[in-house]
Amino acid sequence: MYEIIEGFLEAARLIVTLDPDVIAISVRSIIISLTATVLASLVAVPLGAAIYFGTFPGRKSLINLIQTLYSLPTVVVGLLIFLLISRVGPFGFMRLLFTPTAMVIAQTILVLPIMTGLTISALSGVDPVIRDTLRSLGATRLQFLANIMREAKFALLATVAIGFGRAISEVGAAILVGGNIMASSFASSTRVLTTAISLETSMGNISESIALGIILLAIALAVNLVITTIQHR
Amino acid sequence: MIFMVRRTLFAVAAVMVAFLLICGCTGTTTDQTPVEKQQLRIATTTSLDDTKLLAHLTPIFEEKYNAEVLIVSAGTGKALEYGQRGDVDVMMVHDRAREDTFIADGYGINRRVFAYNYFVLVGPESDPAGVANMAPEAAFTAIREKGTAGDANVIFVSRGDASGTHSKEQSLWKAAGFNYTTEVKGSGDWYQEAGTGMGATLEMANEKEAYTLSDIGTFLAYKGDLDLVPIVDEGDSLLNVYCAMQINPAKYPDINSTVAKDWINFLISDEIQQEIASFGVDKYGQPLFYAAQDDWEKIGVTEAEVKDPIA
Repeated sequence: MYEIIEGFLEAARLIVTLDPDVIAISVRSIIISLTATVLASLVAVPLGAAIYFGTFPGRKSLINLIQTLYSLPTVVVGLLIFLLISRVGPFGFMRLLFTPTAMVIAQTILVLPIMTGLTISALSGVDPVIRDTLRSLGATRLQFLANIMREAKFALLATVAIGFGRAISEVGAAILVGGNIMASSFASSTRVLTTAISLETSMGNISESIALGIILLAIALAVNLVITTIQHR
Repeated sequence: MIFMVRRTLFAVAAVMVAFLLICGCTGTTTDQTPVEKQQLRIATTTSLDDTKLLAHLTPIFEEKYNAEVLIVSAGTGKALEYGQRGDVDVMMVHDRAREDTFIADGYGINRRVFAYNYFVLVGPESDPAGVANMAPEAAFTAIREKGTAGDANVIFVSRGDASGTHSKEQSLWKAAGFNYTTEVKGSGDWYQEAGTGMGATLEMANEKEAYTLSDIGTFLAYKGDLDLVPIVDEGDSLLNVYCAMQINPAKYPDINSTVAKDWINFLISDEIQQEIASFGVDKYGQPLFYAAQDDWEKIGVTEAEVKDPIA
């Protein structure tokens, strides 16, 4: 019990005094996961819309497949990306292994299915009356799409938030393709909140782990607050 | 809606730019040199990283060679795998037999031995198997005997991760006369594989009040947090020799071999050999590693391997 209390006090100190290592790790986590979420959104939202509005054979099976991939294990994504970008792999010449870029790629792929699937759900949630009204008013294809998307905006924002949440909280892929490197320059390091927590705990540095854990939770909370604020505007 | 998406994306982009600016201010203040820094990727056995020896040496190297050192800490098995795949420039490992294979297969060149220390069998102070100060092989035999007989207090935690320490443990079981795969591994609940680094394994053995084999360096570095004590720390079979080697540029032509050579030569230089020998003395009262330079005979390697810089 004493260890936990002491850990929290030390954690508070690390956060309040803006410990440079803790800040660097936190900022790096946010940048990597945010980049991955934005990239995934750029693919997932149009893809989800195309699947939702499209009519093609195998559409149901495709949606089923996407939903199955919601629970894509992070270490499997990590392994896959590792094999692809390792020097002897097909993209080895790009020398991406153990870089933040590799982590962005892995997290993008990790959140793609859930963001695509949730986009489909978001669009399905739009009142059918609105669709009929739009059609009867003679909306062009673009106007139709734009209006449906606008109706679904809250659900779409929630999709982005969930994607970000999954990206920033995963550890399996981050450690496999990132390597948990703490280099002297910010841009070459690949240590993020989750991998740092895993390492610090294994090294018995409980207070650092708690501090990083609190920050991770705070980031999740902040993201949700931002989303809620936008939704209420 | 398109407007909405744009606005959201703009907001996201703005936040990202803001963070990039923040890290520009906090993270890269030391990078004032206009010249592009060379990157050196090292895969290292966990003990050199967990003890903070590398954290102590890399800034000296980075300053001297205007390079940036990227360290991936993994067990020797994993480090060799990274090396074989060409994902790193240098490996720092401690498993002579597998190093020899690696070199014979043409993946590694220019091995130099830079440090050594000893393994130590650590365990709870109560020493439930009663093996204190025995020869390593005899102690292993006694632990196994008590463990397989069902004494619930006797537990052995193995690294179980194909690391150099795991290799050493397996060779000790073999020397004690047991077949590792059939008579040790899976022979009962007394033998547990952690599948993780040295520091984490020590933490686990501490929680379980179990025995484990550790390099002395990591044990000393973690001792403050542990209730474990050294049980057996003498015996020639406990010798632990660390080497660095380059990945063969003939296998991977675009590998950074110049800075890799610099790193290895740096490790065996007089100045750094002294740094290694004195590292941790102020904090732990004894060295974590011994310099290999003058003890090549004692540790059974050639003089060239500890002294000759790579051309």
